[in-house]
Amino acid sequence: MEIVQQLVNGISLGSIYALIALGYTMVYGIVKLINFAHGDVFMVGAFIGFYSITVLDIGFFPALLISMVACAIFGVLIERIAYKPLRNATRIAALITAIGVSLFIEYGTIYIRGAQPEAYPSGLVPLKSIELFGVKISGQSILILGTSLVLMVLLQFIVHKTKIGKAMRAVSHDMDAARLMGINVNNTISATFAIGSALAGAAGVIFGMYYTKIEPLMGIIPGLKAFVAAVLGGIGIIPGAMTGGIVLGVIEALVSAAGYSLWRDGVAFVVLILILIFRPAGLFGKNVREKV
Amino acid sequence: MLKINDINVYYGNIHALKGVSLEINQGEIVTLIGANGAGKSTLLKTISGLLKPKNGEILFENEQVAGKVAQSIVKRGISQVPEGRRVFSNMSVEENLELGAYLRKDKKGIKEDFEKVYQLFPRLEERRKQQSGTLSGGEQQMLAMGRALMARPRLLLLDEPSMGLAPLLVKTIFRIIEEINQTGTTILLVEQNANMALSIADRAYVIETGKIVAAGTAAELSQSDQIRAAYLGGH
Ligand SMILES: Nc1ncnc2c1ncn2[C@@H]1O[C@H](COP(=O)(O)OP(=O)(O)O)[C@@H](O)[C@H]1O
Ligand SMILES: [Mg+2]
Repeated sequence: MEIVQQLVNGISLGSIYALIALGYTMVYGIVKLINFAHGDVFMVGAFIGFYSITVLDIGFFPALLISMVACAIFGVLIERIAYKPLRNATRIAALITAIGVSLFIEYGTIYIRGAQPEAYPSGLVPLKSIELFGVKISGQSILILGTSLVLMVLLQFIVHKTKIGKAMRAVSHDMDAARLMGINVNNTISATFAIGSALAGAAGVIFGMYYTKIEPLMGIIPGLKAFVAAVLGGIGIIPGAMTGGIVLGVIEALVSAAGYSLWRDGVAFVVLILILIFRPAGLFGKNVREKV
Repeated sequence: MLKINDINVYYGNIHALKGVSLEINQGEIVTLIGANGAGKSTLLKTISGLLKPKNGEILFENEQVAGKVAQSIVKRGISQVPEGRRVFSNMSVEENLELGAYLRKDKKGIKEDFEKVYQLFPRLEERRKQQSGTLSGGEQQMLAMGRALMARPRLLLLDEPSMGLAPLLVKTIFRIIEEINQTGTTILLVEQNANMALSIADRAYVIETGKIVAAGTAAELSQSDQIRAAYLGGH
């Protein structure tokens, strides 16, 4: 049953990757930018959640909400200040800017509060673990999975059923055609950053609760892995990011279970290389159709 | 209704429209014909606010709209069916039509217009839930037109609606353009298919390398030897 236990851990971890990967993929879908600062929004989300819980003395769900709202605003600010002026610049210029923004947030955080880690208080949510077919599933795993699931369903609803969601899909498909519909492209891009960043903020709080330790550079590795997850699923494709995240989490857990836990971080990048070689459009990607 | 005075449009240092002037009166079908690369799409994009003219004016119902963003042009009542359809192929027919009505809030009017569009294009109703990327070229053209109509425009800009369609389908599309015009929508029709365009238009302009080189009623231009030699295959 050890393997099932690892599978549950993998899915929990994977759903955190998935939440972060969604922001990567949505932003890429709409402005064709790999937002390398996205992992740092996740970190900021973790800290906002932490301070909400410890300073404001509130529970997990209110902290989650505050972190999501704050990260949404933060994401929009990043887009407006750093990326919008470069919308017509070369992709490499935008990419380099994204790396700059990432470093700025990381070291800005260290400048403001120092580099020391914090620990999320334990027992935030008094959840009992349950036994399922002889496997003990921790309350936290259930909470993570449940929260991630709810957020993903909510995202699917927004993207497919609401006006702003339809505008987002229209802009990501054809910006000029979307303009001809009267869609405000700038606002739609901002909304995309807001939603993606809110999900990263949520992932930050969930991560803090699950792994306890948070610090200013904590966004780098999960950020990179979420990027791999997004590419794995097919960058720009929302269900792809969800699946990519879960698959990556499970692969890592299985590698750990096989006794190679030191190789865990490396595995994500092996996956990236394999995907780029054998299926560059990702699991959900169709054959690439270049726009003429 | 629309009056364009001496506009110049550039792509970087490519001078694409060189002092273009043109006028469209309420209720007309005006066609703009010209060869590939003459600047027809550039003119429509400029009217729609996707491109900004360097100078000159575009007056829509006596208001200056040159350089206004696309959103405000649509809001004023000008919609465009772009060249190559540009339907949102990742979305259903119905969703494409909904997006056409993006700026409208009158639920009842939108519902009526859905019905009108489905009446005009029964094919679209049959394929309501289908991904628009799976439609045939003709169906996509109908969808692009229906989508533009969902904004309830007073001026409809059509960029080469006959492009790539079989002759029979072209006839259908042109008949529908006339129908749309008869319900009170003014039309600016850009075409390379000059024969067809002149057959339904009231007036016409001819554009060559960014300049208007001829203008007149459709009847006059169909009779002109020069135009016939250059655009009507010399018959
Ligand atoms: N995005 C662009 N960048 C640079 N030049 C362009 C662009 N679009 C069109 N042009 C040039 O502007 C001229 C007019 O193009 P266009 O308006 O598309 O012609 P038409 O629609 O009449 O075929 C052409 O010479 C074309 O090469
Ligand atoms: Mg053209």
